[in-house]
Amino acid sequence: MLQVKNVSLSILDKHILHNLTFSIDQGKFVGIIGPNGSGKSTMLKIIYRHLKQTSGLVTLDEKDLGHFAQKKLAQELAVVTQETPVLFDFTVGEMVMMGRTPYKKWLANDNEDDFAIVEDSMRLANVQHLKNRPFSLLSGGEKKRVMLARALAQQANILILDEPTNHLDIEHQYQLMDLVKRLPITIVAALHDLNLAAGYCDELLVMKDGELYLEGTPEQVLTEETLKEVFHMQAGISRNPFTKKLHLFYHTER
Amino acid sequence: MSKVRFLFLIWALIGGLLATMTFAVMVGSVDLTPSLIWEVLLQKLGILSEAAASKPQSVIIWEIRFPRIVLAAIVGAALSISGAAIQALVKNSIADPYILGVSSGASVGATSVILFGAFGALGVYALSFAAFLGAILSVLIVFFLARVNGRTSVIRLLLAGIAVSMVLSAITNFILMMSKQQGGIQAVMHWMLGSLAGAKWSNLGIPFFTLLLVFILLFSHYRQLNALLLGEETAATLGISLDGFRIFIILFVSLLTGVVVAVSGSIGFVGLIVPHIVRMMVGSNYKLVLPVSALIGAIFLVWADLVARTVISPEEMPIGIITAICGSPFFIWMLRRRRYSFGDGE
Repeated sequence: MLQVKNVSLSILDKHILHNLTFSIDQGKFVGIIGPNGSGKSTMLKIIYRHLKQTSGLVTLDEKDLGHFAQKKLAQELAVVTQETPVLFDFTVGEMVMMGRTPYKKWLANDNEDDFAIVEDSMRLANVQHLKNRPFSLLSGGEKKRVMLARALAQQANILILDEPTNHLDIEHQYQLMDLVKRLPITIVAALHDLNLAAGYCDELLVMKDGELYLEGTPEQVLTEETLKEVFHMQAGISRNPFTKKLHLFYHTER
Repeated sequence: MSKVRFLFLIWALIGGLLATMTFAVMVGSVDLTPSLIWEVLLQKLGILSEAAASKPQSVIIWEIRFPRIVLAAIVGAALSISGAAIQALVKNSIADPYILGVSSGASVGATSVILFGAFGALGVYALSFAAFLGAILSVLIVFFLARVNGRTSVIRLLLAGIAVSMVLSAITNFILMMSKQQGGIQAVMHWMLGSLAGAKWSNLGIPFFTLLLVFILLFSHYRQLNALLLGEETAATLGISLDGFRIFIILFVSLLTGVVVAVSGSIGFVGLIVPHIVRMMVGSNYKLVLPVSALIGAIFLVWADLVARTVISPEEMPIGIITAICGSPFFIWMLRRRRYSFGDGE
């Protein structure tokens, strides 16, 4: 279980995050939603320890996250950031193999297990056919899937995704969400598309101005008031006739 | 690149290096045949009991040409792997091993020995010692300038390197300006452009073992070097402790470059260009980049030294001029090609 307790972050006296408290149970798919600048990515960065909170505590299975060795943390927690690496040329296969880095001791070679895990991860993320292609020549969507495959090869218990469906076409958006949903691990994803969030997440955290505004199931959270208060949007809430999941219809005054 | 192709490439390069070195020993004011050279080598190694070479021939091969060519190979390999590691450290393709101030620091040391006779007590080792000391001191200054709030940022490292190099070059130029000794000034110029003429068996040991040590250390951390190329955030999520690993690279690369500059002067361009050539051939995976860089760098510098000592013989050309003149056109050809992106990606 991942717990965030009273976490605040200020940079140069500016409050970025204010007193966040929530917990995420093992195996849940949790979406973080909120408008631009509400602190979604920043919150994720604190969880994967790229940023350090000013006060408060993040714990993983009741151990302070700050006390994990970097390598151990990478075995527990895999991340697909928004950063797209373009520097120099790796093949897709080499790129996915890097997901095995946290398990490798000094001088250890890639062994049969690693290759099998890499193959599996590439198959799951649907990039197997790209194995020998140079990463830098892929399309934005293919790159994203390769980075997901790399995170899968880390075989962590928690997968953190920062706007994973950015740059993906509609087919690959749903393909990626389907794939992630099937994984038996905890997923924490910052999402922009509320209908995707409603369709896939078990729980949603709504952030506004660096604070946790609301949390609960999509049904509890995605209401007309929330949409108006947090996103400044008029929306009709209905259900997708095919999936029976919550679906939002946006409209403006004009 | 498949494993078979990679092994083939490595063996081909080892063969190429041996052939290059043999050829380089042959060329000079006294002509020698390859069989003579190998016989002398095998005899010295205790494998053959006698060689057909006359005493003077044997002295030329073993005492004069061999040490110099071995040093060229060591220096070439050292600069190339240092360049490759530094490029991963600062994630920038224009970086070379001197970017942290090694060569400008060494120049101040060398200049003060040549013109002021500093460290006179050390005799013939004064020059190397002062150059090494200057190199390490300037890297330390750069490192501590780049460290703010207990973190080393890459851009601060690059800029501190530039700033410190500027100041140290100014000091060198000032010393040169104030000096009245024509011969001394020429000696400093020669030193700054690099030369392998001082090679002796007795001063090969330290560069060789430092190269071996640093190569093994870098090679055994090839995964971390690869991860660095993906960006800080991603590298950290792959379990790399960034700060510690950066200090590790800076420490060992500066040690190796410092040692090499101390024996050969600051030979330019090798550490910049060779890693790029290698990436064009084998991709960016440091597991392949490091060994291939070492071999190609060694071959390149043996050739450059061969040209340096023959082109205007009996005079010697500083090797830095050769590496720049031969390297630049090739580099320009490379950057006109479309297939290799120099880490730009798009």
